[in-house]
Formats: sequence, structure tokens, C-alpha cells
Amino acid sequence: MTNDIIIHTEQLTKRFGDFCAVDHISFDVYKGEIFGFLGANGAGKTTAMRMLCGLSLPTSGKATIAGFDVYKQTEHIKRSIGYMSQKFSLYEDLTIIENIRFYAGIYGKSDAFIKDKTARLLQQLHLENEANKLVGSLPLGWKQKLAFSVAVFHEPQIVFLDEPTGGVDPVTRREFWNLIYEASATGITIFVTTHYMDEAEYCNRVSIMVDGRIDALDTPVALKHTYNAASMDEVFLQLARKATRVDG
Amino acid sequence: MHSVIVHRLSKAYGKKKEIKAVNEISFEVAQGELFGLIGPDGAGKTSLFRMLTTLLLPDSGNASVDGSDIVKDYKAIRNKVGYMPGRFSLYQDLSVEENLNFFATIFNTTVEKNYDLIKDIYIQIAPFKTRKAGKLSGGMKQKLALSCALIHRPVVLFLDEPTTGVDAVSRKEFWDMLKRLKQQGITILVSTPYMDEAGLCDRIGLMQQGQLLSVGTPGEISAAFKQTIVGIKANNMHQLLKDLDTFSEVEDAYSFGEYHHAVMKEHFNEEALLKYLEEKGNSQIVVQHTQPTIEDSFMQLMKQ
Repeated sequence: MTNDIIIHTEQLTKRFGDFCAVDHISFDVYKGEIFGFLGANGAGKTTAMRMLCGLSLPTSGKATIAGFDVYKQTEHIKRSIGYMSQKFSLYEDLTIIENIRFYAGIYGKSDAFIKDKTARLLQQLHLENEANKLVGSLPLGWKQKLAFSVAVFHEPQIVFLDEPTGGVDPVTRREFWNLIYEASATGITIFVTTHYMDEAEYCNRVSIMVDGRIDALDTPVALKHTYNAASMDEVFLQLARKATRVDG
Repeated sequence: MHSVIVHRLSKAYGKKKEIKAVNEISFEVAQGELFGLIGPDGAGKTSLFRMLTTLLLPDSGNASVDGSDIVKDYKAIRNKVGYMPGRFSLYQDLSVEENLNFFATIFNTTVEKNYDLIKDIYIQIAPFKTRKAGKLSGGMKQKLALSCALIHRPVVLFLDEPTTGVDAVSRKEFWDMLKRLKQQGITILVSTPYMDEAGLCDRIGLMQQGQLLSVGTPGEISAAFKQTIVGIKANNMHQLLKDLDTFSEVEDAYSFGEYHHAVMKEHFNEEALLKYLEEKGNSQIVVQHTQPTIEDSFMQLMKQ
């Protein structure tokens, strides 16, 4: 982790009609940081993430992602980031090799780069013997580890992970976090949402969104101290209970 | 008296039946018990629930629900169980109220007759009763689905991953609702991938790759973990984990929130551990003795 700012937002806001989904959020994320982006369902996380990925234009405020402006340089942003989520990550009816080639190709990587890196990746994940199997036939945990590796294959500056470990068994969930640590050590910034509060502890810093605002942002240790809580779970519950928005 | 009896129940998929989704599973659930099936995606929880709710035929083995056989007496079972599938499956283009009336009607009853059972839950979505179900938020959909699964006053309720993808606050609320339902005498079978929800059940079954790893009360399962677990943190947690992995007296080490958990071999020496970690360059080392949790047990059973 360094002091170089890789994500910068200032009063970033998104309205849908008279509903303020993201309400003047300002924060910085540093290069190589593992940044946990928490919030209850409906707090505005997805909307905020869509703006940061260049997929949705803000209503007002400023943001730069890897130095690129979220209003004018969305295509540059998309090239500089990787993305994976629990709901969609890889094409189930393509093989492992085909998925890697497809994603790397979209990001404009050369055949030589793809070939060399694919071999190393398969070895790292112990998937050499499965390389020509359909992704749909892999257990969920393997799929998610592979999806993460594919999301950082083109060596993006930032990778956005939207609940990447939902439903994954506890052993594989930890292997997944090892991949996160390794990517972070190479300088890739990790921006991650999760419902597992033990995973919040693994982040360098954590923000907690409530009703579209960022109500808390600090290291897990400092947050527990501030809220006089034994765990991040307690910190989260204290903050999220203040929500007045009706999510039902 | 047992409300659910499962005996060597099996279900396999694939051309050669090579995918053993449920593999010779046996367990019992007592009347009025809150029983949790804990396991990751792909463990076989949904296949098991679908067999017990008569939506899927087993390949072998047998099971009964409230005294009725899941194959021969399927019609009787359908009348007396409630089932909330993992995926929202109410009618999206009917309103909240219409969905509830519909489910009451197909079970030959009325909302009024059983309203006392769902009142606590339904009252929270009643302000939106004219809204189409498809337009509800996640939390509201979940409450409506639970109301619809209860409206015919089932004797056994099956809830398949009701809290998956739900935030910590809504999860807590949902479990509070289950506790109140349990007081009404309904037997509840609930599945979840979240290990921390295990402690909220009377008894649990840990499930992985089609098999039950262990069945018992949360206390019994934690107590079956015999080794000492040491919780350790230090200045660099990633490095600390690597160092723990290579220490001879550590049987297994993994991250566990703020502290790492190190499962120690018998008669380990804490001073030697500390000395080793310091020599490896770790600083600000904090060690605390830790009670095993369900998640520790699950991982140990998984690795065996």
C-alpha cells in the first residue's frame, strides 16, 4: 500500500428522480490498498460502484479513477479496471482456457502475453488438468478463484469485487482472500464489498454506507475503537441500524 | 416424536449419475425443533429440501415428513408443509395482497383464518400491499415469501437459504422472526451458507459435497473439536499466516477475522511459538486462547 491516490471522489452524488441513491460521498483510496466497501442492502453501494466503474454518470460531484474523470473518460476507466461479482463472472459454456482468452482479448492483450500468463495462472491455481473443461462444471469456489484471476489477468490498476465470496465454503473463501493479498502486494488496488464481517477485518480500511452517505471510514481497528465494539459485525450493526430508508 | 426422518437418502445427477448431490444422508428432526443445514453452495442442501418437499424423487433411501412418506404420500405432504425456495418464486405481476390471497385459496383456507400466524411479519409489508411483488425490495420480498409459505399453517416449514445475499441487519431480523415462529410449535428446517447462523439453531447438520459431516447441537459440534486453538495477531497478518504455516507445532492455520487461528498439536509450547514468530520478524504479537467455533469445526471436518 502506498500514499498515491488511485480513487478520488468529492461530493459524488447520484439521484434517480427525487431519490438520492448516493448522497455527496467524498473519499480516497490508495494504490495497492484493500478497501472494504460495506453497507446494508439498498444503502447505495451498487450505484456508487457503477459510477466508479464508468458505467453510470453522476448527477453531481467529482471523481477520478486511476487518474481518469468519471464524466469524460469512462472508456479509459474501463480499460484500467477489472471487475467480478458473485452473480456473474465467467461464461459457463466456455472452457477455462477460452474464458481467459476471451477476457484478455477484450482488453487487447497480445497472443504472446496471453499464452505466457495463462500457463502461469493455471499452475498457480492448480488447474492445469482442467484447462479444457467447461467453467460450468467447476465447483463454485474454484470458479470464483478463477474469476478473480481472470479479472486481474490484464493487470488492471484497480479491481472491483462485488460480493465475490457469497456462498463459498470457508476453506475456499480463505484461499480466495490469499489471492486478494497477493494481487494487492503487486500494487493492484482492491475495492471489495462483502456480507461476511470477518472479511471486513482483512481490509486495510473499510467504509460503511448508510442511506447513500458514507457514515464511517477507517481501519477496522480504529472503527472498533471509535464504536466501542468487539467486532466489525457490531460496528456494522450499530451504523446500519441508523438507516431510515425503507428497504423493507 | 420426530417430525422429519431421513434414512440413507440419495440423489445423483448426470448421464452416469456421476454427480452425487445427496449421498446416503440420514438424520432426524424433532417436532418443534429449529434445525439448520449449514453448508456452502453445491453441498446438496437444495436437492435435499426438494426431495423432502416432494418436488424431486430420490434415487434411493427413504424419508418421512410428519409421518407421511415423501414418495407414496406426496399429496399429504404438500398440504402440510410450507416451502420457501432460495430463488424468489412468487407471482411478480400480482400485488402483495393478491399473492397472499392466492396462496391461501389454493390451500383451501383464508388469510383471515391464519392471520395470527403471519401478523408479525405481514404487518411490516402491509403498507405496500397494493404494490406488485416484482417491485418490492429484497427484504420485503423475503417477508412476503415467508408469509405465503405460512398462510396455510404448515406443520413443517422448509426455508432454503433465506438469508443468502442479505445484509447483517436483515439477517438478524429474519432469525428473530424464526424464533417467534418456533414458539408457535412449527418445526423449521433452514439451510444457510453462513456459519455464524449455526448458533441460532437448536441442532445443526454440517453439509459438504452431498454428505453430512456432523449432526448435533452447536455446543456438541464445537465440543468435538479437541485441539487447542490459539488466536494470534501481529503487525503484518499476511506474513504471520505464512510463518504459522511453517511452524512444526502448528497443525493448521487460517485467517479468522481480526486474529488468525492456529490449530496446535498436542503439548505445544507457547513460548517456543512466540520466540519463533519473533525470530521471523513479526512484531506487536498478541496471543489469546480461543474457543473453537462452528466454522473451525466445519473446516476441520472438510479437510479430513
